[in-house]
Amino acid sequence: MSAAVPTQNRIGAESSRESTAAARLALAEILLFSDDPMECTRATVDWLADRGGARKAICALIQGDSGALQHVAASGVPEGQLESLHLALGKPDHPLVFALSGRDPVTLGKSTKRNGSREDPWRSDFLAIPLPLSEKREARQGLLLVSPSRCEPEATWAAELLGQKIARLRAAAALAEGEHKLQREREMLLNIINASPDPILLTDPEGRMIISNARADALFSSREGESEGRHRAVTLNNMLFSATLSQQAIDESGGARRELLLVSPSEGSDLLFELLSSVVQHPREGTCVVSILRNVTDLRAATEQIEENYRRLKMAEADVRAERDRLDLIIDSVADPILVTDPSGKILLMNSPAERLFTAPQSEETAEAERAVRSNDAHFSSFVSNLFLTGSGMRWQGEIPLTLPSTLQPLPVEAVAGKVLSEHGEVTAVVTILHDRTEAIEKGRLYEQLKAASEQLEEKVREATGELVRRNELLQRQHLALEQASQLKSQFLANMSHEFRTPLNAILGYTSMLLQGVSGDMPPAQRNKMLRVDSNARHLLSIINDILDISRIEAGKMPLHVEDFELPALIAELLEEVEPLIQKAKLQVLTDLRHAATLVRSDRQKVKQIVLNLLTNGIKFTPQGEVKVIARVDEDEVRIAVEDTGIGIAVQDYEKVFEDFRQADSSVTREYGGAGLGLAICRRLARMLDGRIELESRLAVGSTFRLVIPRRGKR
Amino acid sequence: MTVVTGSTRKPLVLVVDDFADNREMYSEYLSFSGYEVIEARNGKEAVDAAQERQPDIIIMDLSLPVMDGWEATRRLKADDRTRRIPVVALTGHALAGHSKGAKEAGCDSFLAKPCLPDQLVAEIRRMLEAGKAVVKAKGTR
Repeated sequence: MSAAVPTQNRIGAESSRESTAAARLALAEILLFSDDPMECTRATVDWLADRGGARKAICALIQGDSGALQHVAASGVPEGQLESLHLALGKPDHPLVFALSGRDPVTLGKSTKRNGSREDPWRSDFLAIPLPLSEKREARQGLLLVSPSRCEPEATWAAELLGQKIARLRAAAALAEGEHKLQREREMLLNIINASPDPILLTDPEGRMIISNARADALFSSREGESEGRHRAVTLNNMLFSATLSQQAIDESGGARRELLLVSPSEGSDLLFELLSSVVQHPREGTCVVSILRNVTDLRAATEQIEENYRRLKMAEADVRAERDRLDLIIDSVADPILVTDPSGKILLMNSPAERLFTAPQSEETAEAERAVRSNDAHFSSFVSNLFLTGSGMRWQGEIPLTLPSTLQPLPVEAVAGKVLSEHGEVTAVVTILHDRTEAIEKGRLYEQLKAASEQLEEKVREATGELVRRNELLQRQHLALEQASQLKSQFLANMSHEFRTPLNAILGYTSMLLQGVSGDMPPAQRNKMLRVDSNARHLLSIINDILDISRIEAGKMPLHVEDFELPALIAELLEEVEPLIQKAKLQVLTDLRHAATLVRSDRQKVKQIVLNLLTNGIKFTPQGEVKVIARVDEDEVRIAVEDTGIGIAVQDYEKVFEDFRQADSSVTREYGGAGLGLAICRRLARMLDGRIELESRLAVGSTFRLVIPRRGKR
Repeated sequence: MTVVTGSTRKPLVLVVDDFADNREMYSEYLSFSGYEVIEARNGKEAVDAAQERQPDIIIMDLSLPVMDGWEATRRLKADDRTRRIPVVALTGHALAGHSKGAKEAGCDSFLAKPCLPDQLVAEIRRMLEAGKAVVKAKGTR
């Protein structure tokens, strides 16, 4: 801008021409370097007061936002007058508004007179100069008021300069404002497309990016320094996108939807997009393509999930069917009829035993069979209805008189019906199980028979028991009688023994006296005969003694006296007692007592009696040779053997010799004497001692009788 | 009681038996053997005779009429006058109960029938010797 604006110098003073030019240069300089309209205005007012010769100067500008006139800077004017300067432009008869509407300076006093406005404070000598907008002087920016009016040339010049400056500043400000707004709108737009979760791209028809949002950048652009994998993925994505886009272009179907498979640059996984693109004709850029990609990967996954679920459902259905088949098999295999009905009594399901009752036989559909089926149905329905008639019970049990359609035989059944409830507690079905009662009834009948039979039996048992009791009593009486008889026998034997002994005592006594010569000497012939008497009397005595022993043992009256004793002493005593016999028989009697030293516990007297008997027998039945007594005491047993070289006993006679009144040969009795009771007594005595008599013998060789008893007798 | 010394006086034996043959048989043999003998046929007679005659020894059959041998022995042993006379029981009852009963009744020794006369004499001698020994032992005191 040039400060050298041609001016009309009405002052005309040659001397001040130079100083006027310098003053104008100073203001022009200030205005040239200032960008602030306020500062420019103030500087202009101050300049007019200092250098332009104005006593009062005011500058008022039309404010852009309110459209009202407002003072901006003033000099030499009181505050009160300035306030009235604030006014709206809607008053065309106001002197200031009037001045503002023109192009040229207006002297306020004159104009107010003409308009007749009496109360105008601006009536005085203010010169109002409109501030031009441009070089065409369109005054619409404000007013410059100065007083006195003689400084009009400087004021007019300054007004022009200030007006142009302010007009330029305002234009610049308006431009800046517009640019700023545009920038904001652009940013907002970018934010909007970035906010979209879908990648959005603006490309040329070949697929080259013009604008892309952040999501799109993540897929289609890479920067230096990022991984090779990402780089490759981005390259691949760009290729795929271009290819898809160009294919679409060929199709000439703008706005079509396509699927586009891309790679996630960050994860490397496949991403499926739906591509929606449309062609845009841009006034400057030419033809562009706007593409919106929608990620449908999850959608695909969801679809697959649905398919999987559907497949599972199918499988579950198959399972259920299999389960149902199995259940059918199970139900069919139950021997009892099973029926499932709906709550109205309609049969939904039944097993084969139930079918036999509730469907007519295929082969022979006779009227009777169908009647039986109908009757069964009726009975069954009435039974099931009980389940609902009787209130809240879950079960109903009862008997139904059915008929078997195939044979028309009556079939009494026991039925149990149960409600099947849904999870909401509604009755969905009724399951009924029938149980054939025929067998139970038959069993009941049999039971009754059995009971009757049992009662009969009981009666018989009672009778038998009574009989038994009677017999028992009889037996007891008999037993008592027997016992008494036994007592009597023992008593009798004892008495007999006594009665025998008394005369025998006299016989033996007198014989003994005669043999002793109490009545004088006897001739030898008489003496011999007397000896025979004596011998026979003694034999008789020994028989009596034996019989007494046996009767005592049998009657259990033989006392047992268990004591400790030694065998050698006992055997010595024995030998002493049989010495006369030995002498008479002229035999050799040997003893072997090497292993007999240990103490023995038993009834000494009985042991002695047994061995004495065995030894006497041995001597008696051994015509020649020797008799050996061998005693041996072991840990548990005592063995006393009497070995002879006598006549011996045949094997078949082993048992006989132990019997009462028996000898192996009855002739022996006569030859050898003795009643034949010796061994019988020995065996009984050995048993009393918990022992036995063993016999080994050979005819004409000899016999061995052995007494075996426990070493430690119990009683 | 008088003490019999030497052979100046024959010992007096009372033989009690209801069976005459036995009683007389023993009497004869005892007389033959140097004893003085008196006889009784039952327990009652035996007690009376013993009290009256004070025998040196009594041979007592147990099965007796009127009063049996056990009862007679008990009476003799209960009587101060006859208590010290040894009683030899002699019985044909060989059952165990008899000898036990005899001991309980107070018999000093027991012989079973048949008993030969010489056996009886041997027993009488033994008993008398034993009695003498007791008397001697008491006398020396």
